[in-house]
Amino acid sequence: MTLIDVQKASRSFGGLKAVDEISFAMDSGTVMGLLGPNGSGKTTLLNLISGFLAPSSGRIVFNGKNLAGARVDKIARAGVARTFQLVRILPSLTLLENVMLPAVFGHRSHWGKEADRVARQALEKTGLADRAEATAGDLNYIDQKRLELARALAGEPELLLLDEWLAGLNPTELQQGIRLIGSLAGSGITIIMVEHIMEAVRALCPRCAVMNAGRLIADGETARVLSDKAVIAAYLGDADDA
Amino acid sequence: MIRLAIPVLGLIILAGLPMFVSEYELGLMIGMATYVALASAWALFSGHTHYISLATVAFYGTGAYTVAVLNESLPYPAVILCAGLIGAAMALLVGLSTLRLSGIYFVIFTFGLAELVRQLITWYEVTITGTLGRYIFLDLTAQDIYWQMLALCAIAIGLTAWINRTRLGLALRAIGDDEIVAAHSGIHLARTKLIAFTISATLITLVGAVASPRWVYVEPLIVFNPTVSFLTVIMALLGGANRLWGPLVGAIPLFLLFEWLSVNFPDTYPIFLGLMFIGVVFVLPNGVLAGLDDLRAWLGRRGK
Repeated sequence: MTLIDVQKASRSFGGLKAVDEISFAMDSGTVMGLLGPNGSGKTTLLNLISGFLAPSSGRIVFNGKNLAGARVDKIARAGVARTFQLVRILPSLTLLENVMLPAVFGHRSHWGKEADRVARQALEKTGLADRAEATAGDLNYIDQKRLELARALAGEPELLLLDEWLAGLNPTELQQGIRLIGSLAGSGITIIMVEHIMEAVRALCPRCAVMNAGRLIADGETARVLSDKAVIAAYLGDADDA
Repeated sequence: MIRLAIPVLGLIILAGLPMFVSEYELGLMIGMATYVALASAWALFSGHTHYISLATVAFYGTGAYTVAVLNESLPYPAVILCAGLIGAAMALLVGLSTLRLSGIYFVIFTFGLAELVRQLITWYEVTITGTLGRYIFLDLTAQDIYWQMLALCAIAIGLTAWINRTRLGLALRAIGDDEIVAAHSGIHLARTKLIAFTISATLITLVGAVASPRWVYVEPLIVFNPTVSFLTVIMALLGGANRLWGPLVGAIPLFLLFEWLSVNFPDTYPIFLGLMFIGVVFVLPNGVLAGLDDLRAWLGRRGK
């Protein structure tokens, strides 16, 4: 069943087309890697889907409803959660309160014991359960990233947008991170992950889309996409340039 | 249980105090209660969201002016009700137009709002009704006013305590930390802020309404004095605006200090007000209560 269907979504900033008529669709429970050089429009595309930016044109159909241009909170309640490229947590709140928010206000909207259970479960999944009462601002960078993922999960999303969530992890943490995302994919969450770490892309994403200068230049099976000439050119420059 | 018993006992004692104090002391107590109510009501919205509102006097003055205009034509409870409704309506209007503003723009707008309301009322009085000042003759004793103000303090603090335990309280704290994260968690930002702002502003309007009979004579320049807005902010920040008892802890000593300063240094006391403002922001940005917590933690570490 199609969960998300992006139809010719575009977004311009002044004269620059950051996202230029992008179209793709994803079935429930699938994982897609979103690749492309810096500045190719990946984060902007995630922002269009999460509602942080409104598309200049095009449709973003989620669960049969066009959410293009809807408010961020409405899209979150519809079942879309995300992490940010530059990690964002609520520093003065406890870890539990951080993850409580989407449990309370998000997709399923719980309160009381049930919200507490869902929130703690999300902390559990990301290995933060024993520090539930700690203040989020005191966490180190990696744990802040974990907390951000926990917060996204606590909303029990149908679609999870990960913006370079694995960036900055050391080799051990990277393996843990890959296993964690793999287990989420196994549990039926649909995931779009912007990622530069090819090891993670190969391990987690059966499908990949590649953006360059706002356009989708490839979309398909990961092994095939990664050997595509246009994709290699986008990343490494044309042979003529070298 | 004990957390509820102590404040209730305190309230009963405070309610009984007028029997034992002089007229002058009762006046001071009304002043303290007024600022505790103002600072607590202000913090109900601004404490967690960190939206610094300087519109306190716009609502406070509107409350006072409502009483001045209606006190001869309506019974007192109806006048108070009208003041509350007018305050709420004004808050909704202001909130809808400003709460999308962020940070410094919100501060500036709220400051301008107080001036706007004052000028509007002055213009209305001068050109339409032909009077500028108004008298308030109400058959209320100082004790009555004190009790009403005490009730408003209890309502402001009680409501804050209750909100802190609800979804609204959690949402307000999230907004204060990071609005973008709050929105991505499913929080309707505009609605959440509007609800809290309206509750806070309505309470502030009621404080102005209840306090007004003390003046007897009311005119825009008196009731829309911007010092009220600044004092409220300093008091709440000094005690700790995001703590339940912070505004109270800040309001009482500062009110007494300013009372003393204004009697002894009537011409220069605004300078002290300015210095206090700077001092609070620099030395105790999170308030006295947070400062005490830090001190306790520091002593605890030293003790080990």
